[in-house]
Amino acid sequence: MSRGAAMLIMGVFTLYFLTPIWWLLVSSSKTGGDITGTAPLWFTADSIPTFFANLGNLFTYSDGVFGRWLANSALYAGLGALVGTVIAAMCGYALAKYEFRGREAIFNVVLSGVLVPATALALPLFLIFSQVKLTNTLWAVFLPSLVSPFGVYLARIYAAASVPTELLEAARLDGSSEARTFFTVSTRLMAPALVTIFLFQFVAIWNNFFLPLIMLRDQALFPVTLGLYAWNSQISQIPELRVLVIVGALVSILPLIATFLGLQRFWSSGLGAGSVK
Amino acid sequence: MKVTRQTTVPAIATGAPTIRKRATSSAQRRAVLLFVAPFGVLFLAFYAVPIIFAVVQSLLTVERKGTFGPPQQVFGGFVQYQQVFQNTEFWESVGRVLLFGVVQVPIMLGLALLFALLLDSPLLKGKKFFRLAFFAPYAVPGVIAAIMWGFLYSPSLSPFGAVTSQVNFLSADLVLWAIANIVTWVYVGYNMLIIYSSLLAIPTEIYEAARLDGASNLQIAWRIKIPLVVPAIILTGVFSIIGTLQLLAEPQTLRSFSSAISSTFTPNLAVYTTASVPNYSLAAAFSVVLALATFVLSFVFLKATQRKVSQ
Repeated sequence: MSRGAAMLIMGVFTLYFLTPIWWLLVSSSKTGGDITGTAPLWFTADSIPTFFANLGNLFTYSDGVFGRWLANSALYAGLGALVGTVIAAMCGYALAKYEFRGREAIFNVVLSGVLVPATALALPLFLIFSQVKLTNTLWAVFLPSLVSPFGVYLARIYAAASVPTELLEAARLDGSSEARTFFTVSTRLMAPALVTIFLFQFVAIWNNFFLPLIMLRDQALFPVTLGLYAWNSQISQIPELRVLVIVGALVSILPLIATFLGLQRFWSSGLGAGSVK
Repeated sequence: MKVTRQTTVPAIATGAPTIRKRATSSAQRRAVLLFVAPFGVLFLAFYAVPIIFAVVQSLLTVERKGTFGPPQQVFGGFVQYQQVFQNTEFWESVGRVLLFGVVQVPIMLGLALLFALLLDSPLLKGKKFFRLAFFAPYAVPGVIAAIMWGFLYSPSLSPFGAVTSQVNFLSADLVLWAIANIVTWVYVGYNMLIIYSSLLAIPTEIYEAARLDGASNLQIAWRIKIPLVVPAIILTGVFSIIGTLQLLAEPQTLRSFSSAISSTFTPNLAVYTTASVPNYSLAAAFSVVLALATFVLSFVFLKATQRKVSQ
């Protein structure tokens, strides 16, 4: 293949991948009427003031519930992924670096957990939570999000490859406790895998739709995706919501894109771990 | 000083090592427990228990004492499963996502592989830019992507009015492929990165040896790179199969744009609809069947692809 053909393919697909996001950005800077009435992929004369007006409306509409949704998403996904990563890393590390009975059995059970569709779990979780009166609470979405079998899998593979057993023995001779060795030495060696696990769990929780959809009734507990979904389904009755949905969609994807860009250095080296045998 | 040292020497030489060894191994046992327990408890609570619960729930059925008596859950055996197998809407939805998967997954993974190979080839400039541009949609949640594309598909809003006024992507004939496009748009970059990072792990000496033997770039890609990234492709394949059978957010969101999407359009939508009726036992039976189907399909795919590799 020639260089020109390769660049042409990549150029065409760059348009395919970025045009929708560009359209979202441009549309966020338009009034409801201008979205249909003006050139869809270019700004209008007063794009900048309109964008800030839209942004203002977004955060004040319905007592500022959108800000609440963003905060909820940050809590579910941010804290959930953080705690979930630590838990998964500890388990994966133990499976990789210690010999003990039942090790393979635990790993196989966790591995089959990777194949269980999350949506198949959502309904029974709802039924269990409704018996202990936990539906429609933060916990109903937060607690199940902490479990990442894929994180354990990734942590095990990465720990096996990147934490030398001799180093652990040296730490033991120096009198360092197992937990201390893990948190000060091993986690550093596993850093790329940890960032990868964190990011992918963060995205998985941020994107999770079914669980909050069936667990939550109270709008104040919604994550941002469910909130925007709710607004979007009311557009036919309340047309002014259309602009808010578009601006809200843009605002909700910016933190994720920023996080990915900021942590790129770390996760791109950890990503390969999952595909190595 | 001297005396103390002399008395401690024999202790170190004889008794201490065995005590120390035993102490470390019990410390290690405690460490294993400490490391595995948090995940283990959560896994049991939010994976194992719900699965068992779903199976139990699917075997229950609601019975009333007399015509107006209070409803009561009793063991009903495989009554729900009989209903599952007689439910044509559910099987139509299964057929729909299977058709979706057979078309969309190979296209998506084919594109991901092509992009990964191009990124890994010496042909491209600005690799970092392409990598990020192609991966960016992965940061867009399914619901948001569906809302966005919903607007893009709508004739009145779309920047591609010339196309959307001629072709109605939200019609009954095309809406499945409109969803396929959204899923492809979101996940190609993610799959591309997994395959690409596994290409980066191949030692470059292999290519040098192949070049000395006169292999072209295309031959190197076909005979060396692709076979070596098969594990990565299998991984992305399994995830794609699971994802396809789980389709929910995109069709559910697009329902506000298209009347062609029924409340049982995908298996998960059928589960959701059945649960909101509410008929939890039947919904649980749907979930169990769906989880088993996912398991079987992923397993068959793993076996089939592994056999191909070893041949």
